[in-house]
Amino acid sequence: MTQQKLSSAQIAWRAAQDLEDGAYVNLGIGFPEMIATFQPEGRDIVYHTENGVLGFGEAPKPGEEDWDLINAGKKAVTLNPGGAFFHHADSFSMVRGGHLDLAVLGAYQIAQNGDLANWRIGNKGVPAVGGAMDLVHGAKRVAVVTDHVTKDGKPKLVETCTFPLTGVGCVTRVYSSLAVLDVEDNRFVLREKLPTLSLDELQNLTGAKLHTDGQVDDLIVPSLD
Amino acid sequence: MDKTIQSPSDAVADIPDGAVVMIGGFGGSGAPIELIHALIIRYKETGSPKALTIINNNAGNGAIGIAGMVKAGLVKKMICSFPRSSNAAVFNEKYLAGEIELELVPQGTLAERIRAAGAGIPAFYTPASYGTELAEGKPVEEFDGKMYVRERWLKADFALIKGHSGDTMGNLTYRKAARNFAPLMAMAANRTVAQVSELLSPGGINPETVITPGIFVDGVVHVANAQQEEALLRAGVEHA
Repeated sequence: MTQQKLSSAQIAWRAAQDLEDGAYVNLGIGFPEMIATFQPEGRDIVYHTENGVLGFGEAPKPGEEDWDLINAGKKAVTLNPGGAFFHHADSFSMVRGGHLDLAVLGAYQIAQNGDLANWRIGNKGVPAVGGAMDLVHGAKRVAVVTDHVTKDGKPKLVETCTFPLTGVGCVTRVYSSLAVLDVEDNRFVLREKLPTLSLDELQNLTGAKLHTDGQVDDLIVPSLD
Repeated sequence: MDKTIQSPSDAVADIPDGAVVMIGGFGGSGAPIELIHALIIRYKETGSPKALTIINNNAGNGAIGIAGMVKAGLVKKMICSFPRSSNAAVFNEKYLAGEIELELVPQGTLAERIRAAGAGIPAFYTPASYGTELAEGKPVEEFDGKMYVRERWLKADFALIKGHSGDTMGNLTYRKAARNFAPLMAMAANRTVAQVSELLSPGGINPETVITPGIFVDGVVHVANAQQEEALLRAGVEHA
């Protein structure tokens, strides 16, 4: 059976619906960056990037890049009116000091107590951590966007992470390809799930017990094709 | 007071074998490429300086800048947060062959360790890395119900950075996101040399806009038409 699931763009769209007007937000490099594409109209969001920019905007047109103005993914960006530059210690003061409202990261595994593993899978290759271990601490909310299971069907939401940890007890919300869940009191609390999926089916694709706390809403996302 | 140095090669002439060298920049933004290349040229002509420990966010890209230093053989150890780039083959091959050491530091911890050194603070506590393998062997302590890891300051013998405007007293401004680690490194090194795209007389920079005060800078070298590392990479330039 082919399991119906949200595309990456659809997961990003769903996460974008929760961006709050006036929020300061850091989107991790790669997949989380896509969330900005779906920022709902009428909401003012100020994006932070680790290398010392607040208020960066879209990519410039090809040929108009200024390579001194990049984001943490080393992509050329533009600066919105009201943007600011600062050095790295100030940038991470914004992170650890609790000044960001939201950080969104990718994940290899998320444990039911909020532990996150997202920086390396094993001991092979060259390790690289960047700002992930800092970003998971300090933002008021730390969300994850991820497929619900790995490419070979193993749960990414687990009781205990087996991959090396990025942070302990740090994730507050998960936007997966099948569901939206909060991490509360060391357990996954299901908030929304795809309407085509029963609770049992979702539980079978999840490596830790799913809890409910009141109503579970339908996870409904436009096709975005 | 005049801290002017005549050329990039003069600016890097004193760096000895085995030195710990901070290099400003995040990827290509803020990379003092002319100073780095002067170091590579000196090494190729004299065999020195070698066995350097380099502190930067990354470990080089392509075969210019820090990757050029690694490829040419100047570097014994990298201290960085993210030794990955669009083309990290030079570092990867040396690392996987056991020919270069790596100390991996979370990016915010790297910045704060450098800042702490410049500020005279030998150690501090951070939540970053608590409970992870990067905290193994480090003291931890609970403050107000949360766990933190103790980290040490990170000093260097030299810092090579890129400013935009500089004056002969060493006051600096930076261009856009090219600022990144440079103001911290300027404070943390025994001797800091800045290449500047524009060299002015004292008073030439509005004091309200100085980002790095000259007390942290020992030498300034004017590099007119300074190259941008990412632009060079995209043009296919190599310098190793």
